[in-house]
Amino acid sequence: MLSVNRPRPACGPDRFAALAIRLEGAGRLAYQGRMDYPSQAAGPAEHVALVLRIARDGDRAAFALLFGHFAPRVKGYLLRLGTDGATAEDLMQEVMFTVWRRASTYDPAQAGVATWIFTIARNKRIDVLRRAKRPEFDASDPAFAPDPPAEPDREAERGEWQGHIAAAMAELPAEQSDLLRLAYFEDLSHSDIAARLGLPLGTVKSRLRLAVGRLRIRFSDEV
Amino acid sequence: MSTRNADAFLVDYAAGAARAPVGLLVATHLALNPEARRAYRALEAAGGALLEGIAPAAVSSDALARVLARTETPEREPAPAPRPVAAESFLPRALAELAPEGIERLPWRRIIGGVEEAALPVSDGRAKATLLRIAAGRAIPAHTHRGLEMTLVLDGAFADEAGRYARGDVCVTDETITHAPAAERARDCVCLLVSEAPIRLTGRFMRLLNPFLPR
Repeated sequence: MLSVNRPRPACGPDRFAALAIRLEGAGRLAYQGRMDYPSQAAGPAEHVALVLRIARDGDRAAFALLFGHFAPRVKGYLLRLGTDGATAEDLMQEVMFTVWRRASTYDPAQAGVATWIFTIARNKRIDVLRRAKRPEFDASDPAFAPDPPAEPDREAERGEWQGHIAAAMAELPAEQSDLLRLAYFEDLSHSDIAARLGLPLGTVKSRLRLAVGRLRIRFSDEV
Repeated sequence: MSTRNADAFLVDYAAGAARAPVGLLVATHLALNPEARRAYRALEAAGGALLEGIAPAAVSSDALARVLARTETPEREPAPAPRPVAAESFLPRALAELAPEGIERLPWRRIIGGVEEAALPVSDGRAKATLLRIAAGRAIPAHTHRGLEMTLVLDGAFADEAGRYARGDVCVTDETITHAPAAERARDCVCLLVSEAPIRLTGRFMRLLNPFLPR
């Protein structure tokens, strides 16, 4: 029987696909054996399917698969940002629990699953570590200027966004994608990036502008 | 010339690296500007792509079990109680919450003829956010900046050498740029301003006022 309170040694990220989980005790569920779901090498479309199963059916096996893929990456992201191991572990679990709780709000027409989980992790980290709520905008605000209506035939393609944006990122020149990595993974504003690299601020701004331009064009091609 | 391109700041905000004043301005800009949101969505998707590509870290062997255990008990996410804002606010929520009694009740003070500023409780030690009002038909005299300045139009419009800035537009300037933003005649122009330092008036006579500008 698992004791959830005893600290465990870290284990590799690829155990989950075959992991037998047994939670025994009154009122708890038991899963055993291999799960007949898409393998862990599944791509963005499979991740969408898993989230929809979680949202619709409270499917814990689907959640376990999603966890197997994203938990190690969320923790890797937090560690990259300089969070210590124990805090990164706690925050990652908090993020994944939020994924469970908010699965019914996930809209595949708006973003891929990796993007959705990235935003949860980003916001959770800011809320907890900066102890300051990130200012947000929301579409239900009366002052919000609405989007022009989307073309209906484009909606169906949005589920494949995640793969397309990965290709767009891979096509960026290193001098642009390196700056994005510093922003996302080193928590550096563009002026901090300029200082860190010893580059003129204008150079950093124009490289970022070029990167944003390319991503935006590629993105709107897809949507 | 000033620029209306704020892409570098969108990156800061999408990456979670923007500090409080810039974050407030970008969130407000995005609420008002659908075109900017297209770039922003691409940047959030870039974040997702970067997350996918990151080296996976080892997680605690009971991590999944712990999270699954939490799914058993109905833990409700506390719905954040929205702070009350003045009715019919034309300000997006993140900003409206900083002036819950309406912007007229903020401490406005005169900077120079026709130009007023009101402090907001948002600063990061390097830059601060304030509200700016240029009276209808008036202009801020020609000036440059001692650092970053971003101006987001909330109401009305102003024009400088680069063109017209209206609700939802951001004007980005710095110490290399001199301009004299002029509000249109029809109404006052109200803006959210993020600045690192006071403006420096550049006109031959106006510059004599620089030591007397409030800070």
